[in-house]
Amino acid sequence: MKAICIWLGLVEIAGVAISFSKLTLVVEFVVMAVVLVARPWGLFGRPQTPSRHSAKAEDPLKLPGLINRYASIAFIGLLVLMPTLTAESPYLTVLMIDLMVATLFAVSLHFIMGPAGMHSFGHAAYFGLGAYGAALLVRKLGLSMEMALLAAPLLAAVGAFLYGWFCVRLSGVYLAMLTLAFAQITWAIAFQWDAVTGGSNGLTGVWPAEWLADKQMYYYLTLALVAGGVLMLHRFLHSPFGYAMRASRDSVLRADAIGINVKRISWVAFVIAGAFAGLAGALYAFSKGSISPETLHVSRSIDGLVMVLLGGIQTLAGPIVGAVTFTWLHDTVARNTDYWRAMLGAIILILVLLFPQGVAGFIKQQIQKWHDRKGNVKEVTG
Amino acid sequence: MSLLKVTHLGKSFGGVKAVDGISFELAAGELLALIGPNGAGKSTTFNMVNGQLKADVGSITLGGKELLGMTPRDIWRLGVSRTFQIAETFLSLTVVENVQMALLSRDKKLYSFFTRAAHYKRDEALALLEQVSMKSQADRPCSVLAYGDVKRVELAIAMANAPKLLLMDEPTAGMAPKERNDLMALTKQVASERNMAVLFTEHSMDVVFAYADRMIVLARGRLIAGGKPLEIRDHPKVQEVYFGTGKTFEKPALNKEAA
Repeated sequence: MKAICIWLGLVEIAGVAISFSKLTLVVEFVVMAVVLVARPWGLFGRPQTPSRHSAKAEDPLKLPGLINRYASIAFIGLLVLMPTLTAESPYLTVLMIDLMVATLFAVSLHFIMGPAGMHSFGHAAYFGLGAYGAALLVRKLGLSMEMALLAAPLLAAVGAFLYGWFCVRLSGVYLAMLTLAFAQITWAIAFQWDAVTGGSNGLTGVWPAEWLADKQMYYYLTLALVAGGVLMLHRFLHSPFGYAMRASRDSVLRADAIGINVKRISWVAFVIAGAFAGLAGALYAFSKGSISPETLHVSRSIDGLVMVLLGGIQTLAGPIVGAVTFTWLHDTVARNTDYWRAMLGAIILILVLLFPQGVAGFIKQQIQKWHDRKGNVKEVTG
Repeated sequence: MSLLKVTHLGKSFGGVKAVDGISFELAAGELLALIGPNGAGKSTTFNMVNGQLKADVGSITLGGKELLGMTPRDIWRLGVSRTFQIAETFLSLTVVENVQMALLSRDKKLYSFFTRAAHYKRDEALALLEQVSMKSQADRPCSVLAYGDVKRVELAIAMANAPKLLLMDEPTAGMAPKERNDLMALTKQVASERNMAVLFTEHSMDVVFAYADRMIVLARGRLIAGGKPLEIRDHPKVQEVYFGTGKTFEKPALNKEAA
């Protein structure tokens, strides 16, 4: 396939010059996307049974109790005080910004993976669209940083709107592969469209507005947007829409039989998740000052998956715990050893083996056990 | 005037006529049983009425409105609810939330993002659960219920839009005899209270003879008999389909193939 593309070289079709040699990076993924869009169950496949959920049923979602609320408020309070407490080590502030950006990315991925049951292997596409969107709006259109920060998530949402329309028609592994294909196509465009995206060098000089130039100020901006985003996504999960998402995942047949338009619900969920991933991407771009195709690379999608699974897909705190654990480990291990990739892999492997339900899932289980035991003791003594 | 009118309905799967031009009617408040051996086309008929399968030919009208070509969710909005052969509920929701979900959908509130779904019309949902004697288990997860209870929750979900017609695909499959009678007695009671029509398929003849007002018999995609339960029991064609004529051995083999 690649050879054909190189051999075709520059061809003019209907007056438009198409450089086939530039397609070498994506040709497999373009073919895969076309096949999956045209034949949703593969070339020779048959439709899957209409179930997207095979694992043990999740526990019902409880409204956050008082303890949880106070804990969240205390946690956010701690984050607000953080820069003042650690004024002597500015690196920590930078690391904290990375942690928060990763958190928003992971929470947005969990939003469609967990409650909506759509396993996306290409969530980096929307992160990258947000990052590139922000950079291009500032650099090429001369928009102010604040405007770009608002507009970039919308751009990612538009991407999710287009890709999502195709993706929600599939399920299971086919859905995962199509999300991956779209993400790779997006990555290849960013990598090869030198004139606009700067190709493999990416774009530099993407700095925040002056009043945010100080890392501490940027930290507060990130904190406000990430905390707001996470709280909003959690609020959605408790709303009728969030219930409809979980209902559509639990039983497509039942949902359809009580008037729920399953595809449209999934599509809207996809767009929402894309928009918040885009916000994370935009925050990332301005925190680094430059972006490269790395922000769109498949390894970022995989990082997101690892974060969600490491934290535990069946809990709301899961992606937050996962993102913080993963990013912090990544940073610490990478700074301390030469063989950090192998080390990081080994540590994650051990964590996953120790906590098959994820770190947050494990903690939740222990708390539940403790509650049950307390309940039993009460019953016995009472 | 009849509520549901099915005329010359047909559906083929790869050349095999699963349903071959059947016609029947159903009046409000009536319980109509659809019976027949395995592979007779009961479920296919069923899934065509609720829009899950697209019919090849014929027509299905509800109160004069053509249902053919509509999606299940639009047919539901016209007042046709259903239960499934293997109960379909939302396992990650609690019992009462399952019913609230249907109420939210009925009231077109699915796209509100900031209100709390758990508070939505809880009283109305509990009242529906009370009807099926599931109120005491309202806050349990649906995933931990006994199967008979899941079926009752499914019935409560189906009642949420006050349907004119309730479709029940083998409502008592997988239940103990006592549970079967309870569920069908409940269905019959609700149907007469609300003047709701019920179309159900059933394997257990005891259930059919005890609760159906009328029944129709399908065999290999065709309607072979229809009438009051007692008339049907003595119908020679029905006996032939169910017990064979005893004359040949080929017939049962053919039946199996059609299944």
